[in-house]
Amino acid sequence: MEHDGYDPLILAFCCNWCSYAGADLAGVSRQQYPTNVRIIRVMCSGMVHPNLVINALTKGADGVIMCGCHPGDCHYIDGNLKAQKRADAIFLMLEDFGLERERFRLEWVSASEGIKFAEVMRQFTEEVQKLGPSPYKA
Amino acid sequence: MIRLTVNKQNVEVEEGTKLLSAVEKTGAKVPTLCHHKALTPYGACRLCVVEVHAPGRPPSLHASCSYPALDGIDVLTDTDRVKRARRVVAELLLARCPDSEVIRRIAAEQGVTEPRIRSKNDDCVYCGLCVRMCEERMGRSAIGFSGRGPRKKLESPFGKHNEKCWTCGACNFVCPVGKKVSVLASGGVPIPILNEYNFNLDARPAVSILYPQAVPNKPVIDKETCLRLNHEVCGICEAVCEAKAIDYKKEDERVTLDIGAVILSPGFEPFDPRIKDELGYGRYPNVLTSLEFERILSASGPFSGKVQRPADRKVPERIAFIQCVGSRDNERDYCSSVCCMYATKEAIIAKEHAGEDLSCDIFFMDIRAYSKGFEAYFESAKKHGVNYIRCRVASIEEIPETKNLKIHYLTEDDRKVSREYDLVVLSVGMQPPKNVDGMAKTLGVELNEFHFCKTSVFHPVDSSRDGIYVAGPFTEPKDIPETVMQASASASKVLSLLHDVKGSLIRPKEYPPETDIEGQDPRVGVFVCHCGTNIAGVVNVPEVVEYARTLPGVVYAENNLYTCSNDAQERIKEKIREHRLNRILVASCTPRTHEPLFRNTIREAGLNSYLFEMANIRDQCSWVHMHEAGRATRKAKDLVRIADAKAVMLEPLQKGSVAVNKAALVIGGGLAGMTSALELAEQGFDVHLVERENELGGNLRRIRYLLNGENPREELKTLIGKLEGNARIRIHKGANIVSIGGSIGNFKTKITTGGEEKEFDHGVVIVATGAKEYKPEEYLYGRDERVMTQLELEERLTQEGARLLEGGKGRSKTVVMIQCVGSRDEKRPYCSRLCCPEAVKNALKIKELSPDTHVYVLYRDIRTYGFRESYYSKARRGGVAFVRFDETAKPEVLGNGDGLRVKVHDRILDMMLDIPADLVVLSAGTVPHEDGKAIAQLLKVPLNQDGFFLEAHMKLRPVDFATDGVFLCGLAHSPKSAEESIIQAGGASARAGGILSKDSLELEANISHVVDEQCDGCAYCVEPCPYQAVTLIEYAWLNGVKKTVDINESLCKGCGTCMATCPKGGVYIKGFKLEQIGAQIEAALQALP
Repeated sequence: MEHDGYDPLILAFCCNWCSYAGADLAGVSRQQYPTNVRIIRVMCSGMVHPNLVINALTKGADGVIMCGCHPGDCHYIDGNLKAQKRADAIFLMLEDFGLERERFRLEWVSASEGIKFAEVMRQFTEEVQKLGPSPYKA
Repeated sequence: MIRLTVNKQNVEVEEGTKLLSAVEKTGAKVPTLCHHKALTPYGACRLCVVEVHAPGRPPSLHASCSYPALDGIDVLTDTDRVKRARRVVAELLLARCPDSEVIRRIAAEQGVTEPRIRSKNDDCVYCGLCVRMCEERMGRSAIGFSGRGPRKKLESPFGKHNEKCWTCGACNFVCPVGKKVSVLASGGVPIPILNEYNFNLDARPAVSILYPQAVPNKPVIDKETCLRLNHEVCGICEAVCEAKAIDYKKEDERVTLDIGAVILSPGFEPFDPRIKDELGYGRYPNVLTSLEFERILSASGPFSGKVQRPADRKVPERIAFIQCVGSRDNERDYCSSVCCMYATKEAIIAKEHAGEDLSCDIFFMDIRAYSKGFEAYFESAKKHGVNYIRCRVASIEEIPETKNLKIHYLTEDDRKVSREYDLVVLSVGMQPPKNVDGMAKTLGVELNEFHFCKTSVFHPVDSSRDGIYVAGPFTEPKDIPETVMQASASASKVLSLLHDVKGSLIRPKEYPPETDIEGQDPRVGVFVCHCGTNIAGVVNVPEVVEYARTLPGVVYAENNLYTCSNDAQERIKEKIREHRLNRILVASCTPRTHEPLFRNTIREAGLNSYLFEMANIRDQCSWVHMHEAGRATRKAKDLVRIADAKAVMLEPLQKGSVAVNKAALVIGGGLAGMTSALELAEQGFDVHLVERENELGGNLRRIRYLLNGENPREELKTLIGKLEGNARIRIHKGANIVSIGGSIGNFKTKITTGGEEKEFDHGVVIVATGAKEYKPEEYLYGRDERVMTQLELEERLTQEGARLLEGGKGRSKTVVMIQCVGSRDEKRPYCSRLCCPEAVKNALKIKELSPDTHVYVLYRDIRTYGFRESYYSKARRGGVAFVRFDETAKPEVLGNGDGLRVKVHDRILDMMLDIPADLVVLSAGTVPHEDGKAIAQLLKVPLNQDGFFLEAHMKLRPVDFATDGVFLCGLAHSPKSAEESIIQAGGASARAGGILSKDSLELEANISHVVDEQCDGCAYCVEPCPYQAVTLIEYAWLNGVKKTVDINESLCKGCGTCMATCPKGGVYIKGFKLEQIGAQIEAALQALP
């Protein structure tokens, strides 16, 4: 999604059990979405340290999205809910770093939601596109 | 062989190959339109032009699809001249068919968005795909071109509809501009092959993967509809399959197996509502079954989860659910047990998908939310705005203009009412599987009166034939958790029956010793997969390979047609040895399906299997960016770079193991505890059975008779006899548990019994602490001896018989039963499940002993699920009066001198009834045993808000705790019948036996690891760990005390909560270290130019 010479770079942390599988299903069902997203597989959204998100955003990522299982579906009981609590902390940290809160997002995507995965990636890419390049981008 | 160059790259192809294949072999991309792998080259569209330099000739442009690959020529695919030519072609195509999405995309790829010449708005691009398809593949020649030049026209012979066309639809399918060619040929459109998985709501091809979760996830050819198999034509799938995996000659095989036991789980058949003509199913398009609606709600369903009507795709505003369709009627005197809850679920999900404004009405007789957590779910549905209408539905009528539906029904107070809806969902019941009688005969098992498999209360997984066990709705309609429990219980029976030969057919795999890579620099080998054209059709694979060679640590890179093929595995092993590779990176599909294969391959080559990383360039790249070849290639390179960043940091990991103590602790000597103890002993394991009381039997001692006539006293005696006679079982009565230490495989438990302390080791725990009857505080209980509970009545009916019911002087006595005492109220919001069948059982007993006795049952919903329904019918036929009351108007029991009076508002007559009663029987609920709390604390397992133990997953893991090695059964889990307790106990034994049958347990490798130097013992990570795997410890260090945390490796599952909580990097997950994820992030941020 190139537009006004700005091609956003987006990182997506996807949990192995639901969202990464949802991303695979998007592929299996040939759902098309922008090429801007780079997925990093983690075992659980609850394993993503807030520093990883902040580091990514302060080193040049234009947006970071964290995807986990729907509440109640977590493979590790409630790692996704822990991720949700950390997301609240991350939003506060974004403020400290002078970044728009829209540059970070938490989404629940199940293994059967290939269509939703693609839709979320389209929407998020568009939103980050609107924000313009990260102020931390060299 | 022919040798030529493509874009200066040497390539060798066989004689007779077309230029396009040679070009594709190098990874270069050439656009095509009229080309199809299964058809002869045509050269019509000229989109695939390339520049050919032949020695001694001027360079010329040729259509690569039809021009032969010649020795010694040089081919250029991307020169300005080529680009100009393609642009002109694209512009002409676009001018001809400006409305076609495919043509617009092709043109856009050549940089053309608007043609400079006047548009023709034609519906044919003259590519000839349909003509060739019809002639070459279908052998019909039902369509062709007539005329020449500007008069060229696509038409059928003589311009008339012809009989040669059999409307297979191949022409329509292959047409790039979406023309309905078959209509031209014969006036027909192909009849779609309906997709059975989506209950025929959409179509599927004749060769397809049946549904996204199918195992194995491979396409199959439908023998019924495949043209190749039926008419020897087509064969397109064989022509396009790069893997050459299609074999039309495969036949079904007859296989003979030697087996020691059989488990039958043939499931159920949904009721076909066509039988009930008044509901209009099959006639009215907007009357659906619940299973059809379930597919509509599904994200992978026919409308991608959007709530729409099948016929006109209109979004409904009002949906009605009609319950008990094919259940609880004259022909099927049983309840299907699951429909009330699934209708409730579908209503909630429909509202979630379509918005809160969607109105959902559920037409029902009794809401049977009897299972664990169901009552709360039912209450939450009402809060969501799901509307429940208690009534009987008479008929459904369609309004022809709108295709809306009018439901005519009788309200509880006998009024005729009609309501209009956009969509009606029939909650169809469960029937025995198709051809069940034949199957039963073949297998030699008996069926019951409803043609489900016959079992008994005390032998609920045994069919009538030895060695054949049963599970699932085949024995009775049931929900998922009950099915899962029964499946495990069957497995337990098989484990007992076959325990002598268990594991005798397993051959352990041998691996070479592991290479030590300590101190070696990373030497990464990269294998990039074409996946036929799945990846290579979009991504320029050779370019990715070239790029990979430039990455840090990479010493070898190659591309493979299929990296997962057998020969590719041999090649990977060979390259590991040849180049001394110590990390392997495969760029192909998803690690979720293929990581195990590659890990095994590298282990076979002597590499630790964790020195492996994957880049997902198919599912998450080529398949989702199909029309952006350049950007997809760039992303594929990025993904390989990200994977390499992690690969170079990978370390060899070992799976730990713990030895297993092959004994079990069973807590609780009631029916569930005794059953699981016996099953485990019969599987061949030692069992410690701990009972708080001085006698075994628990609540079963108070059960005197059963609905179906089985004798519980005899069964209890037999069971205790078996336990006491089994040398593997040590029974500890009058025992109190002091402590339970350790974890899966190695527990140590201390108990006191008879004033002495005992200690023993065991590998698993089964919790069966039971529950008990609620002691009512309401309805004069305890203050008037004529008010009693159902269990007390059962006891007295057994002791006193008809005497209890004799009124004297020819007067008949009156017994009033009150349901939901201590259940479904504010204090105990759950349904106790047992009390409705118990009330029916005792009412029938009373009528049997004294037919003249009047029996009233005052109820809110009668929840006689499954086959219990037929006893409810029997009680009604036998004259038991069932009077419904509302939760807001509970009955009153008054004691005035001699008699008791019960006052209740009758909803049907709409008047107060004042019933003089001789006995008032309270259907008291089931409450968890108070010991549960202490046991929960000792084992660190959770209780739910009602005080029952909380399993790992309500549906799929109903006997497991989240803590490994600890299992659950019986009333401690939730209220349930004797039969259900036995089933769950069997299930728990199978799960426990699965652990005990191993000598040692292999642990996860990707688990938590403490970096002691960085941990300062702040203990932030201790509480969040969902598995209680982290403990704070102290040790003496440098004249002081060092605090740190310790990970119990047998409990840790590697979720990484600790890592994300730690502020100091004091703990990490092996294989997902912060530095490793950090390196991936850094690599992702170095965007390519």
